[in-house]
Amino acid sequence: MRPTSGMLFFYRRIASPLHATRATVAAAWTGSLIAATLILYHPLVLFALLLAVLAAGMGAGVGRQLARSLRTAVIVAVPIVVVNVLVSREGLTVFARLGDLGPFGQGDLTLEAVVYGALIALKVTLLILITTLAGLAVDPDELLRVFRRLSFRSALTATLATRMLPVLAADAQRLGEAQQTRSTGAPSGARARVALLAAVIGGSLDRAMDVAATLEVRGFATAPRAPRLARPISRHDIAFAVSSASIVALAVVGLLTGAASFSAYPRVHMPTSVGTLALCVALMAVVLLPFCDRRGIDP
Amino acid sequence: MSAPMLSFERVTYSYPGADAPALSDVSFEIQPGEFCLLAGLSGSGKSTLLNAVSGLVPHFHGGRFAGGVTVAGLDTREHGPARLGAFAGALFQDPETQLVTSSVRAELSLALETRGHGATAVARGVEEVALALGIDNLLDRSNHDLSGGEKQRVALGAALAGRPRIVLLDEPTSQLDPVAGDELIGLLRRLNQEWETTIVLAEHRLERCLTAADRVIALEHGRLACDGEPRAFLQWAARRAPALQTPGAKLFALAGLDPPPVGVRQARTTLRAHGLLTEEDAPARAAAAARTRRRRRRGLALEMRGVWHELRDGPAILRGVTLSVEPGESIALMGRNGAGKSTLLRHAAGLLQPTRGRVQRAGRVALLLQNPGDYFIHERVAQEASAEALAAVGLAEMAERNPRDLSGGERQRLALAIVAGDDDRSAAGPPAVLALDEPTRGMDRESKAELAAELCRRADQGQAVIVATHDPEFAAACARRAILLADGRVIADGPASELLAGGWYFATETARILGGAGGALLPEQGAELLAARAPLEVVL
Repeated sequence: MRPTSGMLFFYRRIASPLHATRATVAAAWTGSLIAATLILYHPLVLFALLLAVLAAGMGAGVGRQLARSLRTAVIVAVPIVVVNVLVSREGLTVFARLGDLGPFGQGDLTLEAVVYGALIALKVTLLILITTLAGLAVDPDELLRVFRRLSFRSALTATLATRMLPVLAADAQRLGEAQQTRSTGAPSGARARVALLAAVIGGSLDRAMDVAATLEVRGFATAPRAPRLARPISRHDIAFAVSSASIVALAVVGLLTGAASFSAYPRVHMPTSVGTLALCVALMAVVLLPFCDRRGIDP
Repeated sequence: MSAPMLSFERVTYSYPGADAPALSDVSFEIQPGEFCLLAGLSGSGKSTLLNAVSGLVPHFHGGRFAGGVTVAGLDTREHGPARLGAFAGALFQDPETQLVTSSVRAELSLALETRGHGATAVARGVEEVALALGIDNLLDRSNHDLSGGEKQRVALGAALAGRPRIVLLDEPTSQLDPVAGDELIGLLRRLNQEWETTIVLAEHRLERCLTAADRVIALEHGRLACDGEPRAFLQWAARRAPALQTPGAKLFALAGLDPPPVGVRQARTTLRAHGLLTEEDAPARAAAAARTRRRRRRGLALEMRGVWHELRDGPAILRGVTLSVEPGESIALMGRNGAGKSTLLRHAAGLLQPTRGRVQRAGRVALLLQNPGDYFIHERVAQEASAEALAAVGLAEMAERNPRDLSGGERQRLALAIVAGDDDRSAAGPPAVLALDEPTRGMDRESKAELAAELCRRADQGQAVIVATHDPEFAAACARRAILLADGRVIADGPASELLAGGWYFATETARILGGAGGALLPEQGAELLAARAPLEVVL
């Protein structure tokens, strides 16, 4: 029986420029997107980056998975906005008063807190999408080889972690399926859920032992440094490396020139100049341009 | 005589906290280039013995170890699994936990890189082992997307990639279809003959590999019970351990013929010499083409009409399967790995919905999935199923035991009680159809016989039984009808006595020996056939 679905996303080599790029460059590219997300604060620029990441996902052939990840991100984002509105006391534009909340002071809800909460939620959404994209499009085995050249212990831990995730996901899926086939129906209620969770955890410990045993007999414990792969630099390696550098450079330029400046408190201040719009367009362009060249992308 | 490749000297070993030793006073030697088969019932110590060779016992599992094991001149007490792994490649039972990377190419590369091979040697080694195992088409596939059989072959590739001097295999064919299983044994034999690789293979289905073996070591309760050539082992098994007999040997024993045959060819030669096999023994009429069976439109337990299962962005797993199952029918569902057997059963049970076509059920379809352990979520057997359900599968006495402490066969029966119900607690009464997905994986012959008897009993009571299996002997023991799937289609559907007698891969050993004559599938049926041909004393 081939796996047909699952809760977790895994790397699969498919025909896309990002998948055709060596793992170190692809990881650097997704890293540059994360850096830009952390550096930039202007909502318009971040929104442009969000569109660019979603389009990049489509260009990498993982748009559907990214859309599912976006739904998860929204579920995380909504509480962020709500909590920020409730705890922030910095805005001036009050739209609702909850009165005296004792030790928490006056419960004034402000427009600025909503905007800032939405901005943080947007950043979190972006981070979730970028890490999903990295998980789907960056070859973990190639990255682990690099780790093995640098630090054996890190590589061992990372290997076990990356291998256990799909094993446990498959276990959980199988256990869930088995419970559905019980004659009494799938167990329900808190106790049943705890029992099921305990079974998954208990099984995972056994699994971890088996995977560790396999690593033992394969000689991982005495492995020398992994040999350097003689792999020519491809057009996609160059394109994504240039794109990475450009993304970081644009983010820094935006920060230093004020084109991406933004402040939520005490009042929302979001200057939107031609420079801001140019930054949005430039960011989208440098993110997406490497996907235009689709030569030599077949696995 | 050269130094032994493997030497056990009075080895006694107990797992931590165990009351009884898993290995007791075991001594033997295996010479370089030998092909050695490990035989024994479940729990006899075969896996532990292999773990002792790979160094996992005692270095990884702990416990009390006495005696000495030497592998390629290395004492396992002084050298751990990582060092021993340079000489001994190991393939364990569960392929899921033997793949440690994300892609097939990375898996094979890792096995070579950890042994210090350079980039060129790694690239060449990967290609060679992939070609040798016929997995070159999988090299750029993700490990997550592989079927169980494919994972098994990739794990074997990783074990063989470094060209170890000794290869240890623990039931490597348990997840493989008969074709892939035969190919694997053939490959091991080639490795053994061309590279002089020493092979130590633990297996329940001995008929698959006995002809390839130079020697058989049988274990009973952790003790060495027999050590000899295949024929000597079969003679010992006939006297001391009938459950380890191959079907061919059992056929000969029942027919009063001696010596027991090591393989089909030898059996046929002996029968021909006795005048019991004639050239006019044409194979039974093969049900090679799919047939439209006339079925009653009323009273079907299960009906599938034009069922398709198409993956989004992927292949079609089922392609227009039409199938009618009557109450009381017992059906063996066979086919190669990836043919669609498990998917078909999931559709029958309603776990999957067809992308086209429809499934009609007369009642509940109870589906027993491949791993019985997946059903156990409680601490006591009594919590898993009702007393009536436990009694129905003969586990009433074990109500207070922990499900995980049960033997393989008992676990399978408990899982059967959980899915079948057979009591008032079940949501929709007793099942109309009982479907089982590879229920005999890792089971010894005794446990298989018990399960087959249980399934026959249920069929006699009016339950329809569908079993997806790679084991023709089990299929013959429990099914009257057989269906062959290939590439998501039903390619043959007919009486088991025709379908399992007429083929080569999907045929029992008895049928292959007798050339499919009389539709005899099991040794008992074959012995009756032979008794009718010659005045030999048949021991039934």
